[in-house]
Amino acid sequence: MSRRARGVDRPQACSRCLARTWLIARLAGHLEVERERVLSLLALDDDQLVLAVAGGKRNEIERQRREFSTAAAQATAIRAGVELVCGCSSTYPAALRDLAAPPAVLHVLGGIDRLRACVEAGAAAIVGTRTPSRYGGEMASALGRGVAGAGVTVVSGMAHGIDAAAHAGALGAQGGRTVAVLPGGVDRPYPQTLARLHARIAGAGVVLGELPPGTSVRRWMFQARNRVIAALSELTIVVEARQSSGALMTARHAAELGRTLGAVPGQVTSAPAAGPHELIAGGAALIRGAGDVLDLLFGAGVREPPDDRRPALTDAQAALLSALEQSGEVAGALTRSGLGVDRGLAELAALELSGWLRRGPGGRYSVIP
Amino acid sequence: MAGVLARIATFAIDGVDPRPVSVEVDIRSGLPAFTIVGLGDAAVRESRERIRAAILNSGYEFPQKRITANLAPASLRKAGPGFDVALALAVLAASRQFEPDPSAPVAVYGELSLGGELRDSPGVLAVAEGARRAGIARLIVPRARAREASLVDRVEVAGVRGLREAVAAAAGAELPPPPPAPSRPPPAATVDLADVRGHQIPLLALQIAAAGGHNLLLEGPPGTGKTMLARRLPSILPPLTRAQALEVTRIHSVAGLHADGLIETRPFRAPHHSISSAGLVGGGSPPRPGEASLAHFGVLFLDELSEFNRLALEALRQPLEDGRVTIVRGQRALVFPTRFMLVAATNPCPCGFAGVEDRCTCADADLRRHQRRLSGPLLDRIDLLVNVGRPVEAELRGPPLTDSRHARERVADARERQLVRLEETGATCNADLDARLVQTRVALDDGARDALGRAYTGGALSARGRHRVVRVARTIADLEGRERVTEVDLLLALSLRQRSAGEEALAA
Repeated sequence: MSRRARGVDRPQACSRCLARTWLIARLAGHLEVERERVLSLLALDDDQLVLAVAGGKRNEIERQRREFSTAAAQATAIRAGVELVCGCSSTYPAALRDLAAPPAVLHVLGGIDRLRACVEAGAAAIVGTRTPSRYGGEMASALGRGVAGAGVTVVSGMAHGIDAAAHAGALGAQGGRTVAVLPGGVDRPYPQTLARLHARIAGAGVVLGELPPGTSVRRWMFQARNRVIAALSELTIVVEARQSSGALMTARHAAELGRTLGAVPGQVTSAPAAGPHELIAGGAALIRGAGDVLDLLFGAGVREPPDDRRPALTDAQAALLSALEQSGEVAGALTRSGLGVDRGLAELAALELSGWLRRGPGGRYSVIP
Repeated sequence: MAGVLARIATFAIDGVDPRPVSVEVDIRSGLPAFTIVGLGDAAVRESRERIRAAILNSGYEFPQKRITANLAPASLRKAGPGFDVALALAVLAASRQFEPDPSAPVAVYGELSLGGELRDSPGVLAVAEGARRAGIARLIVPRARAREASLVDRVEVAGVRGLREAVAAAAGAELPPPPPAPSRPPPAATVDLADVRGHQIPLLALQIAAAGGHNLLLEGPPGTGKTMLARRLPSILPPLTRAQALEVTRIHSVAGLHADGLIETRPFRAPHHSISSAGLVGGGSPPRPGEASLAHFGVLFLDELSEFNRLALEALRQPLEDGRVTIVRGQRALVFPTRFMLVAATNPCPCGFAGVEDRCTCADADLRRHQRRLSGPLLDRIDLLVNVGRPVEAELRGPPLTDSRHARERVADARERQLVRLEETGATCNADLDARLVQTRVALDDGARDALGRAYTGGALSARGRHRVVRVARTIADLEGRERVTEVDLLLALSLRQRSAGEEALAA
């Protein structure tokens, strides 16, 4: 079906919902001031919202509201290649209606049909810190790959660190589905450095946001985004999060919405493992791998993550891997594993080729779970 | 009225090459004047005063006539005070104060002091080579440079102290006895791989780099020994051949950096990162060789690569590709040779601790800037990347892992194999292998071909990166004395590969 033909019956957002979206974007600066209570403000209706935050700009904003043009908003979206679905539509994901203030319009890169497929497949959120340990990054990537490989949609926020690793893992799986929920306009990769990842997700998955194209990011938008991630997913997994991390906010939203919580354990002494450990202590499920996620979603043993296709390890390789797990530093690991330099370096490359190791900055290797 | 004309041969140094110059002096009656024509620079113009004083102070007469000196060919720019002696001799000959020996062609080169002494003048070796090429039998140079000039055979060298001796030598007198060999200072403590403790992987990489002539990037936190390792690379390279040693000596002599005799060790140049592109590849007016040429046949070490001026690094591209750099000044182009090995060192990130968990304090933007400064065409010419970590305590106390003599023998054997294999290709070592030679001259066994294919398909290698890995693998096999590249050689090369733009980390 050509793009033009689909445009005829493509779900269009209604005027009311578009006006609502426009208003929130217009008030973005005002909401920034009030960001402590932004989620309760978003639950207000349009008139009350203007009253609550517009202050001296109220008359000007009221005038602009009257001048708002649905056609112009639609045109902006079409120009940005963004498809729209509003709360009044039957294609709007039902799970989002659990929110006190569901997004009025979803802005979609990658297509409404694909969004529907992603939602119908069942979704798990994988979130965490922007500065993970090597272990955290690898766990996020492996979970993303395993979960997506079993047909479950991986939802995250496309931030650096855990989020990006989860998306990349999901994209690496055969037929993997992933949804990135952005804080600002979906046409603007945020963070900008992940523009390539943004393009890959838009190409094979879905990039989603509640604000119109072109909206630049403000701090309150992260909280608003986190609630969408939590609502969209049946299960929210925190991989690594320091005590004050936004990922814990997502977990709190998920708990309030009655969604299942999971957390990946780490070393007790590791700062980014503190968040997950607190969640586990509070009753979150222990996530050791994609298998645990699938058991939680579908019941024990119903679905399995895809087979590990990596070649079996030789004894020497196993020794090298376990030495590298203690520290990514190569020289020490070669000594500990008892391999000579020539042989050891060659084994490193062999392990890298077969997908057991990843070479990181500073020549340090991380073990892929 | 006929004047009196005299001609004396000398040489101008054009870049690092000698060009024959004939000094002509014409003396005729008229108002006393001394004019020098022939595109000389300020130093040449001022030489009139030096010559006048030197002639008088040496006990000759300075003709009170109209003197016109010409430095032929008049189209060649001439710089520096090296024409002083030739001019002085031509004036003396034209005023009949001496008769040049008609039996043997003579050339002179050197700067005069007011007292008539010949001052030390850089570039004498280049002049001597020019003299041989021009069929000059006897070359008169400052005594301090006589040994340097006599490195060139088939030219009789007269090392003279002053103008009087120069006149005598030019008139065909017996040469003053050659200067005694200087009492050599005890050989300076040379660097050796035996000074290195630990650093097993970097030592291996150094040997591979030396064996194949591969450029090398050392990456590691501050204070881990990157500079110390780089400094030892010349000690494991094969010794210079005589022709190479002469070329190195000539360049250093022209640059005025060289004291005496033949330079027999490979140069190691480590310019500071504030260097300009002219300083790095040569330039200025008159154009002088840059660090890249001073490192010819040796090692150019760029510490803190990311701190270097981008323009300077870009300027290194041509020298790295072609082994020479062309500097165009007005109508003419000068060529400086630049066949060096490049060793660069860098921190993995601005603070130096990337990858060390929780120790890196760099912001995202810093990391990106750091990467951007490093990425680019220069890295494309670097085959090897090795990470230099901190040696552990036990290694610091332990014995050295190898020494330079041992390593040098392995390297020499490996180079010998390459020379045989690359006969008639124009390439001399594996680093010179271009895409075509990689295809035709490197035999991979099945395991190696399979591993290479997997790395390429997996996205870990770009097409260019693929060639780099094969080149390095070929060198590793040469070090081991293997005719075919095996899987282990290829994997080892992969683990030391230098990543370039467009290559993903495997299995991302």
